[in-house]
This record gives sequence, structure tokens and C-alpha cells, in this order.
Amino acid sequence: MRAGFFALAALCLAFAGTARAETITVTIDKATFMPAAVSARVGDVIVWDNKDIVAHTATARDNAWDVMIPPGRTARIEMKKAGAVEYYCRFHPNMVGRLNVTQ
Amino acid sequence: MTRLKMTVALVAAAMLAGAGAAHAQGTTINDAQIAHIAYTAGVIDVEAGELALKTSKNKAVREFAETMVRDHKAVNDKALALVKKLNVTPQDNDTSKALAKQAAAKKAELSKLSGAAFDKAYAANEVAFHKTVNGALEKTLIPSAHNAELKSLLETGLKIFQGHEQHAEHVAASLK
Repeated sequence: MRAGFFALAALCLAFAGTARAETITVTIDKATFMPAAVSARVGDVIVWDNKDIVAHTATARDNAWDVMIPPGRTARIEMKKAGAVEYYCRFHPNMVGRLNVTQ
Repeated sequence: MTRLKMTVALVAAAMLAGAGAAHAQGTTINDAQIAHIAYTAGVIDVEAGELALKTSKNKAVREFAETMVRDHKAVNDKALALVKKLNVTPQDNDTSKALAKQAAAKKAELSKLSGAAFDKAYAANEVAFHKTVNGALEKTLIPSAHNAELKSLLETGLKIFQGHEQHAEHVAASLK
């Protein structure tokens, strides 16, 4: 009985561990983040895939993070805390996106 | 009207007149001319950015100028590759000539300035220049483009240059 409980608990932890490791892709094309709004969990990785011919950045409005994405390349950031984050491109501030990060 | 505003107004007027004349004659602007105008505007902004990198010590201005040089070179490289692929030779025209002439006058004016005076004049001109070029792209060049690939490149360019316009506005505002 007790062994069964621990086995179940271990299984739950293992499952929670794998569930956290999601990768979510935001495509950049014609100076636009697509999709513009993304939901993620703490521990998820956001990948920005830049299809444009110029470099862009994904920069958190609160300056918590800032990543440069060269043309034709990808860049990634792991979401470390929960909250709604607005971000933009420093080179083209008309490009804006939003991440909703939950626990 | 300041000299700066006057120059901007002249460039805008020249471009609109050029585009308007093409329509009035019923001879719509062709892809070879559109490519030439877009390429010329790109070269002008690369050169302005290079002047800013030589002259300015302001971090926001330098970062903006670096983006202008990098982006406009990238878009122009793509444009050159496209016209080569399409076997089109960019064709000089009155709008390109007016743009080049006004840009030369502006460059001479900016070259005499330094420090904060240069930064302000450069940023203000970048706002005005991008407004003019973006307006021309939106109203004349994109609707007139026949080739789908050229149209698509101009549309991508417009989105990028609209970003430059907003970036330039932020830089100009930070210098006040």
C-alpha cells in the first residue's frame, strides 16, 4: 500500500517534470511576431524563428530579458517567472508581442 | 519654416510630383523605375547612417544608425539579387533624381554640424525621410509594382521601414 503510494507520487513528479519542458515557437515574418500573444508555463522555452532578411530582437518591456535574432536564425529564452510580459523589437519598435506565463 | 522642414517638404513634393506626373501621362511607373527609386532611397539612408556613425557620440543615435546601415543594406542586397534574377535593369527617373539631389543637399547640411546639433538634425531628418519614403511606398510604389516578388519585397521593406520611422521618433524624442 505504502509502496504503491510512493510509486504514484514518483510518477506524478516525473510527469510534471516532462510537462514543463515545452517549446513554443513564435515566427517573425515581415516584421511581425506571429502569433502576437502566446501562453506558456514557467520552464517553457520560447523560440523566435526569424524568417526576415534583417535582424530583430525580442526585448521584454521591463528589461528582464533581451535576445537578438539574426536573419534566418532562431533564438530561445526559458521563461523563469510567472506573469504577463510585453515585449518588442528594439530595432523596429512597431513590432510588439505578449507572453502570458503561468506556474 | 526652418531649412530642415523646407528640405523635407521639397523632397516630399518632388516625389509626389514625380509619381503624380507618371499617372497624369497615363504612363504608370514601371518595375525598373520602382526598383531604382527604392534602391536609391536605401543608399541615401545607408550613407546618412554612416555619416552619423562617424559624427555622433550619442548611444541612442549610434544604435539607430547601425540599424539603418544594416537593414537598408540587407534590403538593397535582396533587391539587387531580385532584379538580377528577373533580368531587370533598374531605370533612373525623375523621382530618383529628386531624391538623390535633396539627399546631397541634406548631407552637406548635416556634415557642417556636430554634437547635439547634429544628433537632433539627423534624427529629425530620419523621421521625415522615412515618413516620405514610407508614404511613397504605400501609396505609389507598392500599388504600381507588377511583379509579385518585387511587390512582396517592397511590402516587407515597408513593414521594416515603418519600424525605423517609429524608432527614429523615439530617438528624436529622447534628444529633446
